[in-house]
Amino acid sequence: MLAAAVACGGGDGGDAGGSAAPRTLTYWASNQGTSLDNDKQVLQPELDKFEKQTGIKVNVEVVPWADLLNRILAATTSGKGPDVVNIGNTWSASLQATGAFVPFDDALLGQLGGRDRFLGPSLAATGAQGKPPAAVPIYGMTYGLYYNKKMFAEAGIGEPPATWDELIAAGKKLTKDGTWGLAVEGASVSENSHHAFIFGQQHGADPFDASGKPQFDTPQAVAGIKQYLDLMAVHKIVNPSNAEYSNGTEAVQDFVNRKAAMLMWQSAAASFKAGGMTEDEYGLAPIPLPDPSSGGKQVNGMVAGINLAIFNFTENQDAALRFVKFMTSPEEQKVLNKAYGSLPTVKDAYDDPAFQTPTIKTFQEILANTAAPLPQVPEESQYETLVGTAMNQMWADAANGKPITDDYVKSKLTQANQQVQPGS
Amino acid sequence: MVARTAHPARHDAAPPEDDPPRPRAPGIWARLRRGGLPYLLILPAVLLELLIHVVPMLVGVGMSFLRLTQFFIRNWSAAPFAGLDNYRVAVDFDSAVGRSLLHSFTVTVVFTAIAVGVSWLLGTMGAVLMQGSFRGRGLLRTLFLVPYALPVYAGVITWSFMFQRDTGMVNHVLVDQLGLFGERPFWLIGPNSFAAVVVVCVWRTWPFAFLVLMAGLQNIPGDLYEASAIDGAGFWRQLRSVTLPMLRPVNQVLVLVLFLWTFNDFNTPYVMFGRAAPPEADLISVHIYQSSFVTWNFGSGSAMSVLLLLFLLLVTAVYLTATSRRRNHA
Repeated sequence: MLAAAVACGGGDGGDAGGSAAPRTLTYWASNQGTSLDNDKQVLQPELDKFEKQTGIKVNVEVVPWADLLNRILAATTSGKGPDVVNIGNTWSASLQATGAFVPFDDALLGQLGGRDRFLGPSLAATGAQGKPPAAVPIYGMTYGLYYNKKMFAEAGIGEPPATWDELIAAGKKLTKDGTWGLAVEGASVSENSHHAFIFGQQHGADPFDASGKPQFDTPQAVAGIKQYLDLMAVHKIVNPSNAEYSNGTEAVQDFVNRKAAMLMWQSAAASFKAGGMTEDEYGLAPIPLPDPSSGGKQVNGMVAGINLAIFNFTENQDAALRFVKFMTSPEEQKVLNKAYGSLPTVKDAYDDPAFQTPTIKTFQEILANTAAPLPQVPEESQYETLVGTAMNQMWADAANGKPITDDYVKSKLTQANQQVQPGS
Repeated sequence: MVARTAHPARHDAAPPEDDPPRPRAPGIWARLRRGGLPYLLILPAVLLELLIHVVPMLVGVGMSFLRLTQFFIRNWSAAPFAGLDNYRVAVDFDSAVGRSLLHSFTVTVVFTAIAVGVSWLLGTMGAVLMQGSFRGRGLLRTLFLVPYALPVYAGVITWSFMFQRDTGMVNHVLVDQLGLFGERPFWLIGPNSFAAVVVVCVWRTWPFAFLVLMAGLQNIPGDLYEASAIDGAGFWRQLRSVTLPMLRPVNQVLVLVLFLWTFNDFNTPYVMFGRAAPPEADLISVHIYQSSFVTWNFGSGSAMSVLLLLFLLLVTAVYLTATSRRRNHA
């Protein structure tokens, strides 16, 4: 297999025409749009463009998020799968450890225009520190606080909340007869773990210590998660029903349908639009930062986003690389990130006026300044799964009226911590 | 019989020394041929069975002795041998992993007992009540079989919509129309999730019990009912002394199959709760999936699966021994 890949690479390098290398790539795209179909409609014209430029045909399959990681693991195990694949950037280090992807060393990055073309935070979320990236970033995202301008005005709130106390106060004013201050996706493992990380950082928590050992249940981590759960358990500004929201769209729907006035989410512009919400109806503010004197980190987002990786069993690495180059070119970065409401990951795409809107500018500032990447260690996916799952239970207990104490949160986190299976 | 009809043709071709007193003492070859044919006929099935069931099972058993983490899934042969470590972790009930496996096992045992019991009861009731002919019997029978015929995913996802707290039909009926609860209960999370998954499982399973028992009832001769009626037996007496004893062989298999299916059921909890089931409804097949696929430790998940397999084998063996002994006594 390796020999075949080398042979193909060699044959292709000459590019003298008549090469026997396959001129077709298979590409697994992640679901970035409002539906799998919507993704196909966004991607197909661009893939046609690529075929016109290079003669390489790309067969795309949009894989739903619930299946993507399993499909990648199955492809890794069997050595059969697509040539190019989208991955959630938090999986980078975990997948890098399998050795399934072509590492982007300086030579390969050079072909894409060099390391410096990419946004620093996004490039930091492509694999373990000190190793060549396992993938390159294509869509940049982070968390922000969406708020419904009309509902804010009706409740007499002029400005989006700048501190956590203001957020709670605003939430209380907005919570009345059937509408709620804020919506959360309480049974979504990934949403939960992202918020656990963000609020944990605000209190100074790190999921793994310097040597890479898991420490999910530090007092700081407990405080971070409790701050988030208290929105429902203590302050009652989150509808208890949110505890069963699991498919990653229900909280967004509550925001779109004016059942909730605030939403802490990644770029959701496409979903808002699909739900009939116009751009002047909502605003975006950063999630409130902690008081600098509290000892935590000035973090209010995570470096989220999508990376593009090349499977190392591909028989057509040259073509795959040309496709990655195409997808990271300024033109495609503009087209695709515009369509998905996400942020370009290369600096030379930002001259487009589409990325000068208030929403995009806010996201861009958060991503550049106050977003932290999830730990790039092989056990990261276990952090997301175990802590996220534990939080599903915490939300369920909060919704059923069980008091959420520090000891309670700690015991759940300790349990999660004990289930980590060391990677090596 | 096949061998005998083939005899004349072979007679022509066979060498002479093979020939003489065939009818009285058949040669060893002929006997083998006669005895071998059935084996030849089932050979394809045996091969497929090996390929589809036995080999993957053995691979799974092999995996359970390896430290098969993300570092090795691309090249299993490089995964270090773990001996019984994976098993030790799974049955160490002082550790978080072992404790949660034990919890999940307990939940599954209770779940299976209730779901199989209720499914069997409903199936028996349905079959017995549908035995006599009346107008609309065919229609009702068809209607009862619908849950069994529906694709699992479609059926269960509909239930999960109905169980939603704010917008689901279950709460609409229980709270808004009947006023049974002051506050809307949760069904997909918290303590009620156990009841919810039992209801959905019974809904899916009982038509199968119904179908099998209905077929079993067809084989009970009508004379028995007539004779017992003449002796003055009423409905309940007939049920106790004719129907149930006559159904025993059917029930013996039915209960075992229901038990195995329910205990192993993955689709119902997975479609209802996703990969993170609430602890109250943490059924074992999803639990094992979660602990292997999601923590990327396939060795540990395989060890749990092997333990589950051993448990089911044990239960099946004890059950079959017990029930067949009873039948021999009878």
